[in-house]
Amino acid sequence: MSATGSTVRGTEAKGGAKAAANTAPKSVRRRNAGLGLIAWLAGILFVLPVLWMALTSLHSETDAATNPPSLAAPLTLDGYREFFGAGGGPSPWFSLANSLTASVVSTLFVLLLALPAAYALSIRPVRKWTDVLFFFLSTKMLPVVAGLLPIYLFAKNTGMLDNIWLLVILYTSMNLPIAVWMMQSFLAEVPTALIEAAQIDGARLPVILTRVVAPIAMPGIAATSLICFIFSWNEMLFARVLTGVIAQTAPVFLTGFITSQGLFLAKVCAASLVISLPVLAAGFAAQDKLVQGLSLGAVK
Amino acid sequence: MSSTPTATTTAPGAQAPRTRPSAPQAPPARLRAWVTRAPLLPALVFLIIVTQLPMVATLVISVFDWNALYPEARTFAGLANYGEVLGDPELRKSVLTTILLTVTVVLVSLVLGMLLALLLDRRFKGRGAVRTMLIAPFLLVPVAAALLWKHVLYNPEYGLFNGALHWILGDGAAQPDWVAEMPLGAVEASLVWQWTPFMMLILLAGLQSRPSEAVEAAWIDGASAWQVFRYITLPHLRRYLELGALLGTVYIVQNFDAVFTITSGGLGTANLPYSIYQTFYQGHEYGLASAAGVLVVIGSIIIATLALRVVSSLFNEEARS
Repeated sequence: MSATGSTVRGTEAKGGAKAAANTAPKSVRRRNAGLGLIAWLAGILFVLPVLWMALTSLHSETDAATNPPSLAAPLTLDGYREFFGAGGGPSPWFSLANSLTASVVSTLFVLLLALPAAYALSIRPVRKWTDVLFFFLSTKMLPVVAGLLPIYLFAKNTGMLDNIWLLVILYTSMNLPIAVWMMQSFLAEVPTALIEAAQIDGARLPVILTRVVAPIAMPGIAATSLICFIFSWNEMLFARVLTGVIAQTAPVFLTGFITSQGLFLAKVCAASLVISLPVLAAGFAAQDKLVQGLSLGAVK
Repeated sequence: MSSTPTATTTAPGAQAPRTRPSAPQAPPARLRAWVTRAPLLPALVFLIIVTQLPMVATLVISVFDWNALYPEARTFAGLANYGEVLGDPELRKSVLTTILLTVTVVLVSLVLGMLLALLLDRRFKGRGAVRTMLIAPFLLVPVAAALLWKHVLYNPEYGLFNGALHWILGDGAAQPDWVAEMPLGAVEASLVWQWTPFMMLILLAGLQSRPSEAVEAAWIDGASAWQVFRYITLPHLRRYLELGALLGTVYIVQNFDAVFTITSGGLGTANLPYSIYQTFYQGHEYGLASAAGVLVVIGSIIIATLALRVVSSLFNEEARS
């Protein structure tokens, strides 16, 4: 660090030293407040489109489509009524139910498969456990589109097309690597000494798992589940190719809004918000562990 | 934490999870190794069947001349499909589009994400609220986010962008058709908006693991903010930047939703995933789509090898500390 300090030269060094000696706390505080303001502006800028979408969803179709935009137009729930099929359009309930099934069931399957695997990679590791861990990760790096055609042909020949269970299986495989990585890192946080102590006390494996491991790993397991849920809920390519009418999921329902249909902004906004709501809720709930999941456990 | 073996445990691995247990020699030890391995097998077998078998099938299909509309005309074609893919100007262009889209989105969101992470890496009023606001774009369903940009922001007649121009500049304001005039830029902007929060989260985690003593020592030595950033923060962040760039690349190379929704692959925005989807889903050229798929896999393996190396270096550092 002294090397860095010694590179400071001339007036800059003097000014810096003076600031550090006399006015550091105050100027730093003022600068922090200024930067805090910039951070606030950036935050507002990023969230603005979402807020605008929420406001538009509460306007009537004619008020939503004015230029310049009408901010103070009267609020109405018509957009939501339209979205839920009041105007005679297709009802989204089936696709919402399909998405819920695919996301929840695949997340349960993921937990069922990932928990024992993570156990065998952390608490009682197999030989070369890091290699196994990286094999899991490598499957996540391959583009799904490359395997899409064989899966489609398989589904077509076995009558599994437009079947929500096919999506459940695919989403399970899609999320399993992430879940194994996350769970491995959470289970590795359980102190070995605690497990050993329980073993000395004569506790058997089920007791150790439920009384020692589970309480420590639970927040991590919950966050993992939420992240798997988000990825399954968001998925569109598989769902688009492999489902049609019966097993259509919510993102596929949204693709129905890709081509303009006259005045439909409020309805699009209502639909986008309602369908994003579970992800927003799960994402904010798992906020702290979100990075860890998305970076495949590499960042804590 | 003690790692002394105790009499009650059986597997050597149980005492020191972070070290490799000694190789089993006697038959009972081998049996025990299988018991240790057993919990791993369902996940491993499932994953191999569901993700690796289709890739093998793709490889097989890629050497056949197979159009689904003429199933009886399926013949072995050797590497002809690969030649056709590499010689097809449309597919070649989609390779270029994929690279351009990925590089732009990753770099811009990385830079923005770093600026935001630096802003958030200090105490100020409402920091949690700002963080939550910044994450919001990432938590929209990708198709919903793309619809938001396409209809609500970009629409030339009543979109928010042109509305805002109207507001600020008055009646004579330019009213560009954003998607038609800069199709790839339109897709990129929406993706940058969604992916900047991701980069910010990774880099913020990196900043918060930065040793505070070094920074404090530099401040006391009179280093300027820029010097602290240049000589302490940036070197520390290097690996997090690499990680963000590589994971972002892995995710964005595969992007389908934004291209499909905003431009439907038109106006020169068709990237590889979209082109492959198009070749097989609408063109019914199974052999060709598979050959393109194999080429994408080869490209991905190159990126993935780099990504895995970065993850593994972070991982090993974590294990050592």
